[in-house]
Amino acid sequence: MEGSAAVSEHTRANGAAAQDGAAGPGLPDMTYSEHETELRSAVRSVLEDRAGFSAVLARTETAQTYDTGLWHTLAAEVGCAGLLVPEELGGAGASFRETAVVAEELGRSVAPVPFLGSAVLATVALLSAARAVAAEEAWASAPGALLADLAAGTMTAALAVPFPTMPGNRPEPTVRVGSSVEADGEVVYQLTGSVTAVADALPADVLLVPGDGVPYGLYLVRADEAGVTRTPAVSLDMTRQLCDLTLRDAPASRIAVGPHADQAVLAALRAGAAMLAAEQLGMAERALDVTLAYVKQRYQFARPVGSFQAIKHRLADLWVAVTQARAASRYAAACLADGDQDVPLAVALAKAVCSDTALLAAQEMVQLHGGIGFSWEHPAHLYLKRAKSASIGLGTADRHRAALAGLVDLPAAPG
Amino acid sequence: MLDDAAITAEDLRGQVRDFLAAHDPETTERMEFVRARFDAGLAWVHYPPGLGGQGLPRTLQKVVDAEFAAANAPTSRPERNAIGLGMAAPTILAFGTAEQKERWLRPLWTGEEIWCQLFSAPGAGSDLANLATRAVRDGDNWIVNGQKVWTSSAHVASRAILVTRTNPDLPKHQGLTYFSVDMKSPGVEVRPLRQATGEAEFNEVFLTDVVIADADRIGAVGEGWQVSTATLNNERVALGAFTFPREGGMISFSARTWREHPELRTPGLHDRIVRLWAAAEVSRLAGERLRQQLAVGQPGPEGAGAKLVSAKLNQEIADFEVELLGAEGLRYSDWTMRRPEGADFYGRDAGYRFLRSKGNSIEGGTSEILRNIVAERVLGLPSEIRLDKDKPWKDLPR
Repeated sequence: MEGSAAVSEHTRANGAAAQDGAAGPGLPDMTYSEHETELRSAVRSVLEDRAGFSAVLARTETAQTYDTGLWHTLAAEVGCAGLLVPEELGGAGASFRETAVVAEELGRSVAPVPFLGSAVLATVALLSAARAVAAEEAWASAPGALLADLAAGTMTAALAVPFPTMPGNRPEPTVRVGSSVEADGEVVYQLTGSVTAVADALPADVLLVPGDGVPYGLYLVRADEAGVTRTPAVSLDMTRQLCDLTLRDAPASRIAVGPHADQAVLAALRAGAAMLAAEQLGMAERALDVTLAYVKQRYQFARPVGSFQAIKHRLADLWVAVTQARAASRYAAACLADGDQDVPLAVALAKAVCSDTALLAAQEMVQLHGGIGFSWEHPAHLYLKRAKSASIGLGTADRHRAALAGLVDLPAAPG
Repeated sequence: MLDDAAITAEDLRGQVRDFLAAHDPETTERMEFVRARFDAGLAWVHYPPGLGGQGLPRTLQKVVDAEFAAANAPTSRPERNAIGLGMAAPTILAFGTAEQKERWLRPLWTGEEIWCQLFSAPGAGSDLANLATRAVRDGDNWIVNGQKVWTSSAHVASRAILVTRTNPDLPKHQGLTYFSVDMKSPGVEVRPLRQATGEAEFNEVFLTDVVIADADRIGAVGEGWQVSTATLNNERVALGAFTFPREGGMISFSARTWREHPELRTPGLHDRIVRLWAAAEVSRLAGERLRQQLAVGQPGPEGAGAKLVSAKLNQEIADFEVELLGAEGLRYSDWTMRRPEGADFYGRDAGYRFLRSKGNSIEGGTSEILRNIVAERVLGLPSEIRLDKDKPWKDLPR
């Protein structure tokens, strides 16, 4: 992808600031670089063209709730799928700063594409698994090969964990590893069990499944194998439709084992929570923008409703909340990009704050549109549903605040 | 651009080293030291040469400050003159005559002259442009009569910035004129204004036949509103520039008490303190992000929101702290009337913080007025209906 040299330049420039330490005076750069702004424009122009409200709304009532055509354009042409993938594997070698900008744009349009599941959760898990093997073999490994396919946009992957999974809590072991056979020099394991409420698994070609056994591991399963059943769930948010996954002696290869598997899942969930926070920021911004445009042109009592102080003050408060959420989201993206030791705190803070803000913005969007905001034809309910679903995804605000309390030594009440 | 700045920063460090070699910070008398620093153009580097600066980008000031701090050099005690430095000085720089800048800026920066701000009046709080303090021309002088209120530091100030009404026949924004006044002038009377905390951080200032030379007028006759707006914009920049470390500020007291007193914890209070801690940290990050945007020339309108956030947060945290303390929260250090030199949001005890924080959403623009500003100037929503905009000031209902 163009501009990757500029991306690494940017990352180096920020390295020095990160070394000042987590809470110290040298906070990392939280602004948007020129390069990021260009990336934002490229993504936005595709989404404006292909993910308008009426198209997104109509798709929620079809059998194909994920827009695979749009995802292919974003993945293969714009390069969104390979942002985090190293250049050696055909990716952009970009950082979480750029990834967060794409997440913001996808949140703005509530686009039904598996960016979070494939380009963030699965990609980060695969990167972690690949780096766990010897450095010289990392990119030649099975995870490395799959990363190249993801970056090229020829494959889509998902991490098979329940969407509400909180980073740091090992997902409930609901898949068991059965007998293994050796075929063509490779060990093939058989997985049996189920995982409920998995996000972005419906359009996935490959599933990364945490499997319980001795030892615990992360397994790679092709979604089209016999023994793999994905049952679409009627979801609160049909722009990110969940499914329940059932495996019955499904053939799988192991890509990480024991602590490496734990590390891969934890890294994926943390990065996922931060990028979901960026998505929530985008949702909140768009909900505010759309609402502002509406109250300026909607007349009641012979004045724009946006001229009433009761409305102005609510929108001013919402704008303030969005500016706060943006700082939290950018800080988390910057910490992830720099490998800062403050990542756990930054992610917990961002997900807690952005969850609340996106929900507030969506609720204000409904209320300040009045009757039309409650109608099916208006997109406000898409934001309400996405915001509510995202506020539960990858850890609720409450769970992230509980994590934060532990990190900053604010212990709970005794007994 | 960045390379140029880097070279200049190194140059500045060299200048400070040379200055320190010529003025030993250990032995030079404090006022002599800070006057010399002003004369060397190392006071505020973004000010023009000859007025304490070198016409450099504002961002370079921290380089100079860091060098002087590292040398443990005597300071001008800027915390005593926040209004002078933050509001009066940029206004004088923007609207003052060459003679006024020459006369006022040096003693202002060195702290020899503390400034206060005579803006709010009993009938003009949020509606500042409605102020009634009259100035009437008398040859080369003006005669001023009226009353000002909520004036910080008036009891220690030697000069003030002052807005007056010079033409009551014009609509309210058009008939105002801006001055600087000597607080020792005959007819200036400062009385303490006791506040809810028991002390008098603020004052009422009564002006009775106070004579101000026309040479002390800042800006044109009738231009007082534009000059005042510049002053108030600087106030918000100053408020937004406040910086502290993680868990600094108001949350520090509650966090410490929480850790030291497990017996005070309840599940409900736990939820609240974690929410407040998170909000305080996010507010700190947002402030830092705002400074980063300013530094790379992307000034954002977020500054207006920073004060809204800090006012609400200070109140919620202080309210929490008193409740957390329980029995101790019922006690108060001292109700004796005192006149502190400056504002203190945190001083003394939790009860003080609880009471003092109530002023945060009123002083420097009420939260309601700030929401109007955000709604109108940032979000582009229609402005409030103005019944008083075009009528002569003297005919307005009051």
